[in-house]
Amino acid sequence: MSPPMSPGGRAASIPLMGRDAEPTLFELSAPGRSAASFRTTGVPEWTAEELVPAEFLRSEAPPLPEVSERDLTAHFTRLTHRQYAVDLGAYPLGSCTMKYNPKLCDEVATLAGLAAAHPAAPAATVQGWLELLVALETALCEITGMAAATLQPPAGAAGELTGLLLMRAWHGAHGEGQRRTRVIIPDSAHGTNPASVTLGGYTVTTVPSDERGCVDLAALRGVLGDDVAGIMLTNPNTLGLFEEEIVDIAAAVHDVGGLVYYDGANLNAILGVCRPGDMGFDIVHMNLHKTFAVPHGGGGPGAGPVAVTAPLADFLPGPRPVRTGSGYAWTTPEHSIGRVHGWHGNTLALARAWSYIVANGGDGLRRVAERAVLNATWLRHRLRGVYDIPFDRPNMHEFVASTTALKKATGLRAADVAKRLLEEGFHAPTVYFPLIVDEALMIEPTETESLETLAALGDALQRIADEATSAGNADAAHAAPRTTPVGRVDEARAARHLIATFDARGE
Amino acid sequence: MADFTPHTAADIASMLDFCGLASLDELWTTVPAAIRLAAGTLDLDPGRSEPDTIAEFERLAAANRVGAELVCFAGGGAYDHDVAAVVRRVAFRAEYVTAYTPYQPEVAQGVLQALFEYQTLVARLTGLPIANASLYDGATAAVEGVNLAVAATANQRVLVSAAVNPRTVEVIRTLAAGTGHVVDVAPLDRSGATAWPVQGSAGAVVVQYPNYLGVIEDVSAARAAADAAGAFLVVIMDPVAMGLLRSPGPLGADVVVGDGQVFGTPLSFGGPYVGLFACRQEHVRRLPGRLVGETVDVNGTTSYVTTLRTREQDIRREKASSNVCTNQTLIAVCCAIQLGWLGASGLREMALRCARGTRYARESLLGIAGVEPLVDGPVLREFAVRTPVPAATVIDRMADEGFLAGIAIDDDGLLIAVTERRTRDEIDRFAAAMDKVTR
Repeated sequence: MSPPMSPGGRAASIPLMGRDAEPTLFELSAPGRSAASFRTTGVPEWTAEELVPAEFLRSEAPPLPEVSERDLTAHFTRLTHRQYAVDLGAYPLGSCTMKYNPKLCDEVATLAGLAAAHPAAPAATVQGWLELLVALETALCEITGMAAATLQPPAGAAGELTGLLLMRAWHGAHGEGQRRTRVIIPDSAHGTNPASVTLGGYTVTTVPSDERGCVDLAALRGVLGDDVAGIMLTNPNTLGLFEEEIVDIAAAVHDVGGLVYYDGANLNAILGVCRPGDMGFDIVHMNLHKTFAVPHGGGGPGAGPVAVTAPLADFLPGPRPVRTGSGYAWTTPEHSIGRVHGWHGNTLALARAWSYIVANGGDGLRRVAERAVLNATWLRHRLRGVYDIPFDRPNMHEFVASTTALKKATGLRAADVAKRLLEEGFHAPTVYFPLIVDEALMIEPTETESLETLAALGDALQRIADEATSAGNADAAHAAPRTTPVGRVDEARAARHLIATFDARGE
Repeated sequence: MADFTPHTAADIASMLDFCGLASLDELWTTVPAAIRLAAGTLDLDPGRSEPDTIAEFERLAAANRVGAELVCFAGGGAYDHDVAAVVRRVAFRAEYVTAYTPYQPEVAQGVLQALFEYQTLVARLTGLPIANASLYDGATAAVEGVNLAVAATANQRVLVSAAVNPRTVEVIRTLAAGTGHVVDVAPLDRSGATAWPVQGSAGAVVVQYPNYLGVIEDVSAARAAADAAGAFLVVIMDPVAMGLLRSPGPLGADVVVGDGQVFGTPLSFGGPYVGLFACRQEHVRRLPGRLVGETVDVNGTTSYVTTLRTREQDIRREKASSNVCTNQTLIAVCCAIQLGWLGASGLREMALRCARGTRYARESLLGIAGVEPLVDGPVLREFAVRTPVPAATVIDRMADEGFLAGIAIDDDGLLIAVTERRTRDEIDRFAAAMDKVTR
């Protein structure tokens, strides 16, 4: 008999020292202390008064903290001991695709030949960068079934807005800019979708989901008309379900002259299995930080390229990298909507994504989708009978559970499960989203977690439910988390008495 | 081929069995057969091992000329500053790199406190009381500043100085197609500063400080112009310049934006950088992006959490004034650590060294026959000259001499930036090469 396996993704062993709060950088400051040093240049040492007219000169330096490098390093290192991350363990945060990011992607982003290039350098001096960007664009188009892409949008929401401006430019070019005023989104959509629609100059029409958790096609037909600019859909949707009628949905929108926009938040589920272009989508944004292993950085940077069908390519933001007879160059499409980023997008994040695609290859990407869906499917089966599964049908990369019955019986809410799970050595799922599910727990294990980790996560979730059921109340979960650097945080107080800087303390 | 999934054949068999599935293909029953691809359909190369992937990237990296091969005198929004070793070594710890948005504050105090400190640093640099937890880059931060001003004043006319970075202006115009803002340009005087006042009312007045030509604008004059137009004043600030120049907040800015790349982030071919955003206290309910606030936990321990969340898109949905979700947290952390390393005296020294190099380079270049100042206003670390041959030609020829000479402005203007990294020897060789290529 081999010894029992331990789950690699359970983080309950992380050591922590003491229970004190970490002082701020500003409290570590001592006047006259400094870490900075500068290179020897031999440039003449004019004084500030000789260089800048007196009326512009400030009287004293900005009040930055004065710390030694030792204290600076200790402070920001101690902060990392108060922070959970994918590299410590599983992070089943639904809709965020918190997969493990291969370290080789970090390595390539530090190569000086990439990291030290100025974005305004002449194309002839940055042929490696342009080749990389063209290769990435080509691969993203192949993966999504599109014809051309812009790599400029720096995040998913920026990609959405870019896509809506492309939609606007398309209708404008066809003399329908004034008439088409509405964009349709399902009630399960991410909040960025309606916010982007408004910034794109459109109004939102919400279409309900049916009892299967998918877009209600009859209801959709009821709101379609020649004033519709398009529809924004996530597929698989935020319930983790594939929109089985997607081809008919796209055709119905096309029939009234609208465009069909793909929110790529959940692209991880379908890599190499099916393509938005084949489903009928016209515009596709991707979240490279979710699907293609750009690390999430505590909340960014991400990258949100937008790919389009051939007729829309002429409207893409410029300049775009293109292959020429003799190498690579920049070009701006004739009817470009214009730049959406100060330079070429989050280029080092794009390089990381390209390295992930190169390492995985076509077969590897399909394997990613397959195992992401397998993991989520296994966990859904594991949690049957433990939590409510409102849409207990074949899921893709994630599924949504709920504590509705447990709340009624014991008072256990989704937020309690989330906080209690932290004590078990796992990050919480996404809670209270999508909005159409009561007490939602949106769970996305991703493909990089092992069966042992899934089993341990399933066991932990079961313990939390059992604990409430046997006690007849949710007291244990209400008290959680007790093992974390701080206990439950008073969010209401933060909003009521705003302290957004160190200098606002005590005001 | 690299494989980042842990599944053994036995795992897969046992998982399929548990789920009542006969094969992996049965995972896809809800995907219509007509659009389902067979395995291997994608026209992508087979996967590669880790060493082979890195070797491919070394080949791509070697096809770019950087560092000593192309000594950088270009700026225009991206600057070649030294990055402290502590930034690379600490900010790129896995806990900062591989966390996500701090939705569970009890296990995200590290990122939250770092952002709280970043907000404090940005507030102190700008001289305004409120700063958010970062936006994408300087250009998109400017758009958010304009949107805040327009929403607050209910006036969609946006008056942009002609010496705002043209790429920033283009992004403002691109996004104005959706919001319906009307963008007008305020001209420059002979010194290269904006010629205020301007006619008519507006929602936003936008000025860059120092401006795209390197000239130090009079923020108080822009404030007066904004007052005359009934507008909010949005200042696009070079944060390095705050080592020497008066902060825009006390000079009358309602909103200050900028790009924090200059503190701790290499040129990176343009991204990821970090958009700085600060505003007056009374505008906090219109603040775009995330905001971290200080509070306590159940035991009264100081804690941090994202706050005033009801402003944000996931709650307000179509009524939100910004769609920002993911921001640039990791780059904000880099920025905070670099600013901590610099400290008050270090930031002043950094700005002073930029200004000295700029003075030295400018005087050296203006000694070359046919090279003239494009404008004559006071500059800090960037300046523009008129060249006797077209600027694009100068840039190409200078690349052959081993220099990134700058950025072309129209036909015969060249924008040149000098950071604290540039030595006297580099500047002397730069000037000699410029003399050669402009003959």
